[in-house]
Amino acid sequence: MAQLDNVNDRNEGFVANVVAWLGRAFLALIIPLIAFAAIYLGFIFLRDSNAPKWLITVVAIIWGVGGFALLFWVFNGIVERLPEPWSGRLQPFVFVGPAVAILMWYLTLPVYRTGWLGLFDRDGLPDGFSVFAPWTWPAAIQSDSFVGLQNYIDIFTQDLLQVALRNNLMWIVFGSTLSVIFGLLVAVLADRSKFERVSKTFIFLPMAISFVGASVIWNFMYEVRPAGETQIGLLNAVTVALGGTPHPWDKWVAIAPWNNLFLILIVVWLQAGFAMVLFSAALKGIPEELLEAGRIDGASEIQVFFRIMLPSIRGTIITVWTTIVIFTLKIFDVVWVMTGGQFGTHVIATQFYRQSFTARNAGIGSAIAIILLLAVVPVMIYNLKQFREQEAF
Amino acid sequence: MKRQLFVLLTALLILGLILSACGGAEEVPPAVEEAVEQVVEKVEEKVAEEKPAEPVEEAMPEVSFDVPPGGALEKALAGEFAGMSVSVDGPFTNPDDILFAESMKAFEDATGITVNYIGDKEFEGRLSIAVDAGNPPDIADFPQPGLLANFARQGHIVDPTTFISEDWLKQQYNQSWLDMGNMAGQTAGVWHRFNGKSLVWYPKAQFEAAGYQIPETWDDLLALTQTIADDGDTAWCIGIESGAATGWAATDWTEELMLRTTSLENYDKWTTGELAFSSPEVKNAIETWSNIWFNPDYVFGGTDSIVSTFFGDSPTSMFEDPPKCWLHKQGNFITGFFPEGAEADVDYSFFYLPAVDDAYGKPFLVAGDIMAMFNDRPEVRALMEYFTLPESASGWLNNGGALAAHQTATPDMYGVDLERGIATLVNQATSFRFDGSDLMPGEVGAGSFWTGMTDYVSGVADLDTVTKQIDDSWPQ
Amino acid sequence: MKKNQWLSTVLVNGALILLVLFWSIPTIGLFVSSFRNRFDIQTSGWWTIVPHRAWETVTVLDPKELGLDSKSIMQVEGVEGTFEELRQGVTSPDGDTQVKWVGNRRLGRIEVQERVWTANWDFTLENYKQVLFGRDTEITRTDGTVTTVPGQDMTQAFLNSLTVAIPSTIIPILIAAFAAYAFAWMRFPGRRWLFIMVVGLLVVPLQIALVPILSDYQKLGLNGTFLAIWLAHTGFGLALATYLLYNYISTLPRETLESAFIDGASHFTVFTRLVLPLSVPALASFAIFQFLWVWNDYLVALVFLGVDPNNKVVTQRLADLTGTFGNAWHLLTAGAFISMLLPLIVFIGLQRFFVRGLLAGSVKG
Repeated sequence: MAQLDNVNDRNEGFVANVVAWLGRAFLALIIPLIAFAAIYLGFIFLRDSNAPKWLITVVAIIWGVGGFALLFWVFNGIVERLPEPWSGRLQPFVFVGPAVAILMWYLTLPVYRTGWLGLFDRDGLPDGFSVFAPWTWPAAIQSDSFVGLQNYIDIFTQDLLQVALRNNLMWIVFGSTLSVIFGLLVAVLADRSKFERVSKTFIFLPMAISFVGASVIWNFMYEVRPAGETQIGLLNAVTVALGGTPHPWDKWVAIAPWNNLFLILIVVWLQAGFAMVLFSAALKGIPEELLEAGRIDGASEIQVFFRIMLPSIRGTIITVWTTIVIFTLKIFDVVWVMTGGQFGTHVIATQFYRQSFTARNAGIGSAIAIILLLAVVPVMIYNLKQFREQEAF
Repeated sequence: MKRQLFVLLTALLILGLILSACGGAEEVPPAVEEAVEQVVEKVEEKVAEEKPAEPVEEAMPEVSFDVPPGGALEKALAGEFAGMSVSVDGPFTNPDDILFAESMKAFEDATGITVNYIGDKEFEGRLSIAVDAGNPPDIADFPQPGLLANFARQGHIVDPTTFISEDWLKQQYNQSWLDMGNMAGQTAGVWHRFNGKSLVWYPKAQFEAAGYQIPETWDDLLALTQTIADDGDTAWCIGIESGAATGWAATDWTEELMLRTTSLENYDKWTTGELAFSSPEVKNAIETWSNIWFNPDYVFGGTDSIVSTFFGDSPTSMFEDPPKCWLHKQGNFITGFFPEGAEADVDYSFFYLPAVDDAYGKPFLVAGDIMAMFNDRPEVRALMEYFTLPESASGWLNNGGALAAHQTATPDMYGVDLERGIATLVNQATSFRFDGSDLMPGEVGAGSFWTGMTDYVSGVADLDTVTKQIDDSWPQ
Repeated sequence: MKKNQWLSTVLVNGALILLVLFWSIPTIGLFVSSFRNRFDIQTSGWWTIVPHRAWETVTVLDPKELGLDSKSIMQVEGVEGTFEELRQGVTSPDGDTQVKWVGNRRLGRIEVQERVWTANWDFTLENYKQVLFGRDTEITRTDGTVTTVPGQDMTQAFLNSLTVAIPSTIIPILIAAFAAYAFAWMRFPGRRWLFIMVVGLLVVPLQIALVPILSDYQKLGLNGTFLAIWLAHTGFGLALATYLLYNYISTLPRETLESAFIDGASHFTVFTRLVLPLSVPALASFAIFQFLWVWNDYLVALVFLGVDPNNKVVTQRLADLTGTFGNAWHLLTAGAFISMLLPLIVFIGLQRFFVRGLLAGSVKG
């Protein structure tokens, strides 16, 4: 678009102005049309084509990425061409619009639907009623399927969910704390070591492993064979070598809820790399002069760490901590793959999945999901407060 | 710079347009058409070759199986639906997916209909999501009818009796199977393959060398268990770990003993929720197996190891030389978990889990797969009709791993001696009942019953607590 | 001073090596196991590849021939013990030999064992072969012929995973970067509420969106397409992407941006010319994570891509490897390693963006 702004010079005279105006109008109309046509045709091609897979892949990547870039470019072009104050008013929405729209579609509406479903019994909404058709609500509420808050009462009086809530709390407390501590430790140590890249790669390695892979790996750690047999799980082999008796660690019901720690350990192992990468980037952002100044003032390395480094990366620590808390609250895969929620290891997300899909109890399942959402509100409030303190908002 | 970018993007766009123009919408129909044509040609060829002189209405390709008269399958065999496809969802993974594909070959070859199998281990969750989203497969294979009952109750299932006659079903299936397929006031599906569960496996060669006798009664079984213990070994290989389904092996034992210690009526009442878990009948059944399970001298690795031993690994110690445990109760699919190279009737064999009380006869516990239909189209009907034939399980009949639920399956259809033997055993049973936990609602049968048994066996809860919890979890 | 420095270097590196070692043990176990055959994996620990001392049977005796009475204390080969003791193994006084009763009283035998050095070095490439080129299954047809059904190779799944992962990584980053910039540097009504919504949506577990989204896709005819899964991953990753990028972009030096505005640059220009290049480290780190999550995702692919077996991604193929009989650890180990390779390459490739200097004092306290 910038090239047209160059043309739009008062000295060029009337003809140039008309040309520029026509050009603008043309572009404002034609470019979106072409863009949409291209995006639509690309979509049809990708949906229906049976061209070779590599070709689809290449077109897909160009089309997918290029299409979205094009959309931003086109809409921005249109808005910038509008007269002030409209262009200034609308431009922010060009920037946030797509993100907000996608999030609305993919997350907000499902939350809304889930909240509504949570008020009905196991079969969900009766036929002919829609969450998104408010005029059907009165009839839906009067139907037999409507149970009000009964699902929530059931959840809090039933054993299973109490276990899940307790476990999620353990996940948050131990999972996030340990991940942050180990991530920070490695980031700080690696920053001062010659082996930075190698060591970081090794700590990062688990992040590259899929949950199916991780479950195999940890089976080699936790696997138990009867006492007296050859142990093929490392942890039990060590225990037996030290004179102990073998235990099924993550499946050890007798020590519940502490057997959850063995699952949490897996996630700490997987996620410490995430914390490390972000901390490492933040540490590198601390101005060297600041650290040097501290050292010249005679501060020990430990003092430098606690007095200078930690405060400097406080924002990052909060971000990482929040991210991991949220991640552990939503934890699903590891539990599902390792124990399937048995042995007292259910968490909210696995209970949701089990109730909604395996037991086909949409009402209870939805209510569980809503409780999960409410559980995170404090974390969110804390987080937003931090932003305000940073004067970002 | 910007201009170049613009040119580049435009070029890309044009390229995209060209690509989509030549590769887009037009490309699918020709391919489909081609396939249709080929199949039609094939069928026509066949028809032309085989029966040139016969009247048109009998112009069907020759098939080795009976078909229900006047149904969709008959039309399908006439080539009417050639080129169509039917999607079947299920939990089969290697090698069962291949055996299923093998079983479908005869149908596909004869009708020109393609059967697309979609399936994996996350079947239950995925199916549930797809159905809720209004995108169900045409047919789904349910290894747990309890789950199917939920779908039927919610009105997602097409009743196959709307197009298959009762007479035909009665001819193909034993009445017990038909009764078990009746859910939520409708026939929910047709039975396909099944497993016999009331079997005790033992290492045959070693067992005979040691001079042990196959027990005929429950007391014999307990005596054998004690003899083996006196000889210094643990008799039973037991493991109930199975990921999210941990505990199901214990529910099987409960069902076996329910059938052996109380009447069939009570068993049926129990599976429908009329007889509580906390009733003396159910508790007695659980306590009967507890006498074996909770004696550390009887179980390999001791009672503690039951919960943490993967059910599929538990029989492996039976195949060591010499065996570390000697008896393993499990359905016939367990042979797939036996070590490679272990030979049926040489390294292992099975006997019927003996009756406790003769008054209840010789009951047999089974579990099977039921095929349920979500979309009503003629070609889907044809496949449903095919599932009522034992040929639809031919992959398993030829290779072992499961039996055909159809009473028209004759012993000679089995390619494997072992399965043939089990089929005979099932036929000799005085009664048979379906795996109770599979019949119960998902919350219980695939939930609290499993967890309850796991808690009970691992000792974190006593029988009264566990049975109360299970009763509480029963829906409504 | 110098000594101090030397000491701290040793401490730092020592601690680091220790941590790295601990972190790597599980992966090493996986790596070693991927070269062991099924039997070895299930009967001995992977660490037995390290030379160690173990008992090896040298003589086998028949208790009946020796005339032993298993009910009393028995004397065999210079040791004595009860049946229970001998089952555990009784070591000779010099500690070099052990006598062990194997089996029960009826069928048992007595083994005399010696302690020898051994290492379990029976490696194989068979696991990788089966994972990469498919797992053949032998079946019998109705007519009695035996055929081998070849397994599918991994190439298709790899291509599928790439097709899923690349756009699913770049699209959300692009959208999120625009949004993050607007939240950080543009003033507009509703900014705070929209941002709170974005942050709030971080907590929505994606499982609740599966049914409604699939049902929308059904109406749009998107089911089973790659576009469906890109959009899904974009939707599920967008909240975190916006949140993380906002954290970064909002801390970019104010002066730099303001001077650009004074020079008359538009928001679009500032964003593309100034903010994007300055945010490369943040974009790169998020790209890595998003790529990893998408690459390793199973559930989203299962639900939105599941219909066509030709569309299966690597994780689905990996899960299928387990098979009905769930005892394919040997294949899973190799499969897990193969699926790790690409993410690792991406990480190592992007690691150069995490070097000192690029962020140049942009993280504020």
